[in-house]
Amino acid sequence: MSDKKDIHEDKFLAPENRKHVVIGPDGEEIHVDPLNDYFCTDMPKVEKPYKGVMEKFLNWARAESLWVLAFGTGCGSIELPPLFSPRFDAYRFGVAMRPTPRQSGVLIISGYLAVKTLKRAIRSYEQMQNPKYVIALGSCTINGGMYWDSYNTINRLDHYLPVDVYIAGCMPRPEAVLAGFMKLKERIKKGDAEGANEYVEKLDWYKANQKKIIKDWNMPDYNW
Amino acid sequence: MSLFTRILFVLLGLFITLNWGLIMSGIIRKIIARLSMRRGIKVVQPYINLIKNFSIRSQLTHGVMFYLGPVFRLSGGVGVFLFMPMIYGSIYWTNFSFTGDLILISYFLFFGMLGMALGAGEGGHPYSAIGIGRGLAQFTAIEVPMTLAIISIAIQYNSLSITEIVAAQQGGIMNWTMVTNPFATIAAMLAFLGMMGHSPFNVVMAPQENPIGPPTEYHGTFLGVLQTNRAILHVVEAVLFMNLFFGGATNWGILILKTFLIYFYTVFVGMVFPRFRVDQSIPWFFKIPLVFGILAIVLLII
Repeated sequence: MSDKKDIHEDKFLAPENRKHVVIGPDGEEIHVDPLNDYFCTDMPKVEKPYKGVMEKFLNWARAESLWVLAFGTGCGSIELPPLFSPRFDAYRFGVAMRPTPRQSGVLIISGYLAVKTLKRAIRSYEQMQNPKYVIALGSCTINGGMYWDSYNTINRLDHYLPVDVYIAGCMPRPEAVLAGFMKLKERIKKGDAEGANEYVEKLDWYKANQKKIIKDWNMPDYNW
Repeated sequence: MSLFTRILFVLLGLFITLNWGLIMSGIIRKIIARLSMRRGIKVVQPYINLIKNFSIRSQLTHGVMFYLGPVFRLSGGVGVFLFMPMIYGSIYWTNFSFTGDLILISYFLFFGMLGMALGAGEGGHPYSAIGIGRGLAQFTAIEVPMTLAIISIAIQYNSLSITEIVAAQQGGIMNWTMVTNPFATIAAMLAFLGMMGHSPFNVVMAPQENPIGPPTEYHGTFLGVLQTNRAILHVVEAVLFMNLFFGGATNWGILILKTFLIYFYTVFVGMVFPRFRVDQSIPWFFKIPLVFGILAIVLLII
């Protein structure tokens, strides 16, 4: 990391994340460097899949139990709740919503991704654990859609997160989302959906792209 | 029966209990889905979720207690099972029950919660801390009417052995505690609602309120262990109430039927009533179930 970068980071670092000194009850000075002390600085590793029947069986289980992170961006987030209503009933395909990234395996980017939201999307994605999949919903995630020349949204989601399935449309109906889930299941069962490992392999490229957009990068390089 | 055979039967019983717990939660969720005009999950979905959680490749930890939290929780569930006589009159399915097992079991019911509180606390997520605070406060409020009901039963049957309590209830529905000591039954069954964590009292883990309470940071195998424990614990708690109030079971068929009905009662109440806030649920336990619990003891003594 260059020196220039450090200055740049410091400028945007939240006050509580800067190096500071805490005075203890007995008057001792405790030097705190939050980015090193409070956050895990390790980089992720490629987690090799098993081989043969074992991996096929596990992939079947992963495909039949898709836990979606309740994370909504853009207009698509309003298309997702009907999925779990009696009319579309995504539960019968093993799809369920989870409120925490730790437990979920699918991140749906449901529409345009503002620069501000991109940061949150990256944090959420990185907090999810290894077999994890990204569904890009709507035209905005493919090429920017109607926001392609906006000053504040990204155009190709592919440059920032490894996308497994695109669902085109503006907005796609819940049926289309269900079809997207089916497509994702096919990919997982075939063993093609290794987005998490791809992300780790090309981490430098993804990080460079992300930092090009997010000027105020005030978090660790990988948010565990 | 040798100790080895006994251990084998305990393990087999644990296996049956785990499977029945998973299938039961699948069936219940299917019923809920049909009630709300949906097809709903597959009945085997809990199994698939379990396999999926155990197949998560990368896992992270926040420290030793974070590891031990689910382990404590599971040992709480298995501990209740180990000392619970499952089938009355069978030498194979009484597990390691002894004369004072009722006391030990009511201790084990709380033990898992405490372990989980320590583990989830180390996770460091604010929602975990909120969930733990609410969970422990609510469970303490549940324990009071529950304990009163247990004391009432102990006075009534002059015993703290579950096997003896079940034995005293044999010979028809009129001998069940449900009939002979209705106030204790009401107090305990109201406390049971809170114990199972369905709707009126599910503010501890409600995804919409504090996503999702204590297990917020738990994932992969940790979550798998918690799910395993939940499957076991739900059945075993239902078995406890079956033994104390509804005449016990003399074979697995009756056990499955009774535990299903007892568990379904909490789900039914949950489907009908909306969620309490924690500052509503705790006073509620100190009002209605507590009064029934005190009545149960006072009437017995008089």
